[in-house]
Amino acid sequence: MSALTDLTIAEARAGLAAKRFSARELAAAHVEAMERAKDLNAYITPTPDKALEMAARSDARLAAGQAGALEGIPLAIKDLFCTEGTRTTAASRILDGFVPPYESTVTSRLWDAGAVMLGKTNLDEFAMGSSNMTSAFGGVKNPWKRRGDARDLVPGGSSGGSAAAVAARIAMGATATDTGGSIRQPAAFCGVVGIKPTYGRCSRWGIVAFASSLDQAGPIARDVRDTAIMLGAMAGHDAKDSTSVPRAVPDYEAALGRGVKGLRFGIPREYMLDGMPAEIARLWEQGIAWLREAGAEPVEISLPHTKYALPAYYIVAPAEASSNLARYDGVRFGTRVAGNSIEELYENTRGAGFGAEVRRRILIGTYVLSAGYYDAYYLKAQKVRALIARDFDEAYAKCDVVLTPTAPSAAFAMGEKMDDPVAMYLNDVFTVTVNLAGLPGISLPAGLSSDGLPLGLQLIGRAFDEETLFAASHVLERAAGFSARPGA
Amino acid sequence: MIIEGKTGPWEIVIGLEVHAQVVSDAKLFSGASTAFGAEPNAQVSFVDAAFPGMLPVINRACVEQAVKTGLGLSATINEVSVFDRKNYFYPDLPAGYQISQYKQPIVGEGHLDIDLASGETKRVGIERLHLEQDAGKSIHDQHPQKTYIDLNRAGVALMEIVSKPEMRSPEEAGAYMRKMRALVRYLGTCDGNMEEGSLRCDANVSVRRPGEGLGTRCELKNINSIRFVMQAIEYEARRQVEVLEDGGTIRQETRLFDSAKGVTRPMRSKEHAHDYRYFPDPDLLPLVLDRKWIEEVRASLPELPDAKKARFVSDYKLTPYDAGVLVAEKENAEFFEVVARGRKDPKLAANWVIVELFGALNRLGRDIASSPVSARQLAGLLDLIENDTISGRIAKDVFGFMVETGRDAAAIVEERGLRQVTDTGAIEAAIDKVIADSAAKVAEYRGGKQALFGWFVGQVMKSTGGKANPAAVNELLRKKLAG
Amino acid sequence: MSLDKATVARVATLARIKVPDADLERMAGELQGIMSWIEQLSEVDTKDVAPMSSVVGHVLSQRADVVADGGRADAVTSCAPERVQLGDGAFFVVPKVIE
Repeated sequence: MSALTDLTIAEARAGLAAKRFSARELAAAHVEAMERAKDLNAYITPTPDKALEMAARSDARLAAGQAGALEGIPLAIKDLFCTEGTRTTAASRILDGFVPPYESTVTSRLWDAGAVMLGKTNLDEFAMGSSNMTSAFGGVKNPWKRRGDARDLVPGGSSGGSAAAVAARIAMGATATDTGGSIRQPAAFCGVVGIKPTYGRCSRWGIVAFASSLDQAGPIARDVRDTAIMLGAMAGHDAKDSTSVPRAVPDYEAALGRGVKGLRFGIPREYMLDGMPAEIARLWEQGIAWLREAGAEPVEISLPHTKYALPAYYIVAPAEASSNLARYDGVRFGTRVAGNSIEELYENTRGAGFGAEVRRRILIGTYVLSAGYYDAYYLKAQKVRALIARDFDEAYAKCDVVLTPTAPSAAFAMGEKMDDPVAMYLNDVFTVTVNLAGLPGISLPAGLSSDGLPLGLQLIGRAFDEETLFAASHVLERAAGFSARPGA
Repeated sequence: MIIEGKTGPWEIVIGLEVHAQVVSDAKLFSGASTAFGAEPNAQVSFVDAAFPGMLPVINRACVEQAVKTGLGLSATINEVSVFDRKNYFYPDLPAGYQISQYKQPIVGEGHLDIDLASGETKRVGIERLHLEQDAGKSIHDQHPQKTYIDLNRAGVALMEIVSKPEMRSPEEAGAYMRKMRALVRYLGTCDGNMEEGSLRCDANVSVRRPGEGLGTRCELKNINSIRFVMQAIEYEARRQVEVLEDGGTIRQETRLFDSAKGVTRPMRSKEHAHDYRYFPDPDLLPLVLDRKWIEEVRASLPELPDAKKARFVSDYKLTPYDAGVLVAEKENAEFFEVVARGRKDPKLAANWVIVELFGALNRLGRDIASSPVSARQLAGLLDLIENDTISGRIAKDVFGFMVETGRDAAAIVEERGLRQVTDTGAIEAAIDKVIADSAAKVAEYRGGKQALFGWFVGQVMKSTGGKANPAAVNELLRKKLAG
Repeated sequence: MSLDKATVARVATLARIKVPDADLERMAGELQGIMSWIEQLSEVDTKDVAPMSSVVGHVLSQRADVVADGGRADAVTSCAPERVQLGDGAFFVVPKVIE
C-alpha cells in the first residue's frame, strides 16, 4: 500500500506545500487503491479521470501560490450530493440516468477550496438505513472483520460507503449526511471520525432531500483535525437554502488545541440502556476518565425523553420523506416505467424504482400524515421533539457538552437484523436525539471490542458550538491513541 | 334573491374563492420570471421543476403584495404565518405538493363593500387570504394519446381570497367580483384579467329555506368572466332547488361550468377523494412580519375606490352613481381628476368623461390608456365652453374632430372658425333678419303659438352657422318677438 | 388502530406506489409492527407543549424580486424520459390525462 494513502489531510496539506509530492501523485495513488479495493463496493461511481484532471489544476494553483484550504486533497462524495456532469443515484434505481445539471453548494465549496473528487460513494437508498444494505447497488463491506471470523460486516449507514472508503484508505476524507445518525454510526463502525454539525450550519441545496428538518451534511475523515479542516470548507450560509443559518464560520482547526480544563461534560442517565454490551459501558467509563484527567468535570444529567426519540424520529422522518420523494415520478428525470395512464405511470415507476425500505417509509409517512392521523402522530411527534430539545436546553445549563457511546454495538454481519425493520432502527438509539434537537454531534474511535472491532464515543454540543466538540474530541483522541487499522 | 319554488321560497347562499395571480417580476419561491407568453418551459428554474435537492426561497415582493391586498380588504395582517405542503399527484405539480398556507395564513378576517345596482352598498365578510404556488399547464389537445406539460406558470404567486358565505344572489356575486377586481387593480397587486386567468373565481353555492341552516354546497369551477359567475350561480341555484323540490338530496361535489351551454355538470372525478396530508413545509421557516413595516405598507397604499368615490361626491359634488362609474377603474378616475381640477363646474367634467369620452372609447374599442384625446386636451375643450368661446353644442363637434385628429380644441376652433358669436349686435342683426323674413310665423307666434319659439331659435342658429351664443339668442329673441 | 390490507392498499394509492396484491398482507404486517412500536409515544404528556416549528429558532429570510433563474428550457427538460421540442421551448410528455 502506498504511503501516500496513509496520510491524513493535514499531513498531505503539509506535504504538498513542501513539494514532497504532487497533487497528481496523491490522486493517482488513491485511484489505484480504489481499484484494488473494488471488492468493498464503497464506490458507486469512481471518477478517476476527473480526479486526475482536478489534481492537475490543483498542482497549477499550488505552483502559483494560490492554494485553497483543501488544495489537491482527494475526497469521496456520498452519492446523495448532486455533482454536475457526474451521475448521481442516491443509491436508487429511480434515479437511473440522472446526471445533475447543477452542483450542490457543499461540494461547490469543496471544489472552490481546491479539493479533488475521487468518486461517488455508496449509501443506503435515499439515506434510509443503518447498514448500507438497502442500496440498489449492493451492500458495502466494512474493511474491518471480527478477529478469526471471515464474515463480511456492514459499515453502518446510511453513509456506509463514505466511512468504509476513509477507513480503507481509498479516500482521504469523505462527505456524508446525517439524518438520524448516518454520519456518526458508520464512522463508529469503521473506526473513523465523523461530525454532524448543527442544523443549518451547512447548506442542503443540491443534496437529495430525505427528511428536511433533520438532514445535515458533514465530513468523515481519519482524525479530528481532518474533520475540522473539512467542515471549515463545507460550512457557511447559503441564500438558496431558507433553513441555512447566516452565521460566520469560525476557524475550527484553531479550536482543536483549546483543551478541556474546566469544561463540564454531561453523562445522561437515560443512555445507560438495559442490555448495553459491557464493553461499550466500559468504553464510556474510560471516556469519562480521560476527560477528567484532562481537567474536565463530569456532571450527571437527565434527558428524560430520550426513549421517545426513536419513535418520534420514525414518524417525522418518514412523513417528510413521503413528501420529499413525491417528485420521483418518471416525468422530469430518472427512470420511467410505462403505464397506460398517468396514474399507472406513477405507480409502476415508483413501485419498481424504490426499494423495500424506501417503500415502507413512504407508506408509513403517508399514513401518519393522512386524514385523521395527523394530530396523533405527526403533531405528537413534533411536540415530543420540542420536549427533547428542551431536555438538552436544560442540561446545557449544567454542562457544556454531553458524552455518550455512539452505537449500542460494534459493526454486525451482513444479513443480520434484516428480518425486523425495528431491530435495524434501534441502531440509532444514541444518535437520533441529536438530529431531533438540531444539535451538533461528533463520533470518534475510542477503543476496540473484544473481537477487534472499533467502538466509538459521541460528544454532543450546544447549537453552533462545534468548536467545543473539536476541542473535547481532540483530547479524547489523544488519550485513546486509537491506531488500529482494518486488516482487510 | 329568493327563488320561488313549487313548494315555497328558497334562499341562495354563495361564497366565492378568488385566486389572484400576484404582480411581481419573479415567482413566489424561485427566481424564474412570471412574464406572460414565453416559450414552453423557458421560465422554469430547477426549483420550479422540483429537481433533486432544490429548495424554496420566498420573494419579499409577493409577501408585500399579499399584505397590501389584506390591508385593502381592511383585514387583520397575521404577524406570524406558516407555509404548509398540500400533497397530491398531478403532472402539472412537479414536486407532488403545492406550497400553500393552511392553518396560519398571512391575512385573516376582513371585508369588502360591494356596490349594488340599487345604489345600496353591502358589506361582504372576508374569511382569509393566503399565499400559494400556481401550478403549471397541462395541454391535452396536441396529441391524441399524450398530454404535454408546460411549467412556466408553476410557482407563480397566487393570493387565495376566501369570502364568507354572505352573498345571496348572482347580482351580489357579480358586484363582489367587480369590486375585488377594482381593488386589486388599484393596489397594483394583481392585473385582474379574468379572461387571461390572472383572476380566477370558484363559487360555492347552496340553497336553503329562509331562516334555516346551511344546505349542502357544490363548488363551481371553470368560470372566466363576471358574466359567467352570475350565470353559473343562477343555473346552479335553480338546479339545486329543482332537485330538492323533487325530493332528492344535493351531492357535495365539484361542478364545471359549461359556458357554451350555460349549465353546470359534475367534474369527472379524478380518482378518490383528495387527502392533502397538510403539514408545515420543513424547507421553510415561519414568516414573521415586523409591525412597523406593516404600518409603512399601510401608509404607502394608494387611495382606494371607496375613499375616492366618497371624495368625488364631497369635493366635486358628483352623484354617487357618477362617482361610482368614474372610480371603477383607477385610470379613469385619474383621467377625470386631471380634467376636473380647479374647474368651477366639475359636474361638467364628469358628464363629458362619462358620456362623450367613454362613448368614443367604446366605439373605437380602446381603453383610456390609448385614448386619442388626453385628459389635458379634454380639459382644454371644457375651458373653451366655460369661457364662452364655444357653446356646448359646438363643443361636441369639436370633440369629434379631436378624436379624429388628436389635435387640441383651441386649434380646431380657430382653424374651422367655430368661435361662438357673442357680439349682441351681430345676434340682434341676425334676429332682425329672421323676423323680417318670416312675418307669417311671427304673427302666429304673437297670436299664441308659443311652440314656434324653437323654430325661430333654429333659424337664428342656422343663419349664424350654429355659432351664436344660445343664451344670448334666447334672451334677445324673446324680447324682439314680444314686440 | 390497525393497518390492515385495505388500509395499506389505500395508503399505497395515495403514495402512488404499486403494491401487488400478493404483497399486501406482508406489507401490512411490517407496517403494523412499526406502528405498534411507535405507539409508545402516546405515553408522553404533551399537553400545553407547542410543536417544534423551527429547528434553530430562526425566521424566514426573504429575497429580492429579481429574475435570476429560468430561461433554459433545454436544461430543464433534457433530463426527462420523454419530451417534445417546440421552437426554443420544450414540453414534458405524459400519457393523456383525462380531466
